[in-house]
Amino acid sequence: MTSATTKAAPGGQGAPPRPGARTAPGQGRRANRAKAWATRAPLLPALIFLIVVTQLPFVATLVISLFDWNALYPDDRAFTGFGNYDTVLGDADLRGAVVTTAVLTATVVLVSLLLGLGLALLLDRKFAGRGFVRTITITPFLLVPVAAALLWKHILFNPEYGLLNGLLAQLGDIFGFTAPERDWISEMPLVAVEAALIWQWTPFMMLILLAGLQSRPLELYEAARLDGASNWQLFRHLTLPHLRRYLELGALLGSIYIVQHFDAVFTITGGSLGTANLPYVVYQEFYAAQEYGVASAAGVLVVIGSLLIATLALRVVSSLFREEGSRA
Amino acid sequence: MRIKNASLTLGAWLAGMVFFLPVAWMVLTSFHSESDAASNPPAFTAPLTLDGYREFFGTGGGPDPWPPLINSLTASLASTVLVLLLALPAAYALTIRPVRAWRDVLFFFLSTKMLPVIAGLLPVYLFAREIGFLDNIWLLVILYTSMNLPIAVWMLQSFLAEVPVSVIEAAQLDGARLPVVLGRVVAPVVLPGIVATALICFIFSWNELLFARVLTGVTAETAPVFLTRFITSQGLFLAQLSAASIAISLPVLAAGFAAQDKLVQGLSLGAVK
Repeated sequence: MTSATTKAAPGGQGAPPRPGARTAPGQGRRANRAKAWATRAPLLPALIFLIVVTQLPFVATLVISLFDWNALYPDDRAFTGFGNYDTVLGDADLRGAVVTTAVLTATVVLVSLLLGLGLALLLDRKFAGRGFVRTITITPFLLVPVAAALLWKHILFNPEYGLLNGLLAQLGDIFGFTAPERDWISEMPLVAVEAALIWQWTPFMMLILLAGLQSRPLELYEAARLDGASNWQLFRHLTLPHLRRYLELGALLGSIYIVQHFDAVFTITGGSLGTANLPYVVYQEFYAAQEYGVASAAGVLVVIGSLLIATLALRVVSSLFREEGSRA
Repeated sequence: MRIKNASLTLGAWLAGMVFFLPVAWMVLTSFHSESDAASNPPAFTAPLTLDGYREFFGTGGGPDPWPPLINSLTASLASTVLVLLLALPAAYALTIRPVRAWRDVLFFFLSTKMLPVIAGLLPVYLFAREIGFLDNIWLLVILYTSMNLPIAVWMLQSFLAEVPVSVIEAAQLDGARLPVVLGRVVAPVVLPGIVATALICFIFSWNELLFARVLTGVTAETAPVFLTRFITSQGLFLAQLSAASIAISLPVLAAGFAAQDKLVQGLSLGAVK
């Protein structure tokens, strides 16, 4: 790196670095090029590492997805074009996984957004013990995902000794009804997985929305209140529009994480009873069935789905980003 | 008005309690004997015991949890250090002394995070098998580094961007050289951000299951993989399951509470402050 005093760093969200003053034409250009590389150098290790470790495998997946390749019959490897995609989209189970993924993601994201909004509104007020309540509310998000899934599977949902049926039975004793001893996971497997995920992701939504609520321009609220606006009107016309982008951000980031989610499906139902989502199917095709071609095609489909969401997410992040930048 | 405020406060406390209840119950169960843990109706006031934790730490003849715990610690710490070593210079080149297309580069980093890891798993597995790198904790270190690098670059750039340009320029006008400026002016401002970034990377690495499950076997098994042995019921095992889950979650809980204030900024990739 050259001496720091030669060029003041533009820094922050500022303009690109100005080219150095030229002396002789040829020499100047070479010096410029050297300086550009010196600026780029700190970036390169991270960039190269990321491309090698994350982008190259995707290219390989894309190639493998065009081959008929079962590891149990390695000699029969052959090019099939889009044959594996036909298999994935033609197989009812695999098609079901696409639907399951969509339903699981949409339900978890929407419900945890709504619950998160409620929690954020409650926690936005000042009250005794607010910090403590906030801390215990985010605890579910900080459990190791497998541990959280085990907690729901065995400790809450178990039909014989689970807390849920136990509490229902006690409520039944108090209020005089007979609580049904339900086997929650086999009766409503997808809902069971969703419940565990909603419980873990609501705090995440709450944190994002709380940050949004706390960045509200309070002068506007005072002015509106002076004009006689009711609480509902304030919420409807000031809070919601302000929160819109935070809601979008929560929904999109949540979708990106949940579309890829594996742990709860693997732990709670083992992908049975129609709860296998695409990541689980990819895992199963590759790990259990050793169908490398089909697994890769399913993987590519997950990528396409994620890319659709990601494009939207990038747009939202970029608009928030520009706003932060212009404020600075 | 006072009644309304009191009921809203009560509501907030209740809502928090409802979310916390399952965790509290798991903690309580981890201190119960196996027969009390599996009682119906739930035994809220059963005597407390450390048997569950004794069982988890292997004194009861069960599997030894220390190798997976040490593996997880190695993978999480080593990948976090590696992430910081790669991300700090990159964030510097995106803020303090930005490259020309710094915005595009930043969004390239983000876009890699949005591609699902599952889609790259098979080639990684085949390649690792080819070079004899399966069931090796350093394979996970490399993968966790790539998994967390985009998050770290985004977080660090958002923290570095908060350093006022004028401060850096003033120091440089006073004749301070770049390393001095970075060490004396930038570092103190950014340090809490670097710590938060490290904690969040640590959490994500510690929690990861899919890679660890597919790419490790006996030697490099991590703590979440250790937990998967509780997936199938094994008679009376709730206290042991709870003790193991709580013990394995403790490092993440500690890191999460420590990083609480910066958690949103990290999870939203710096988009929300």
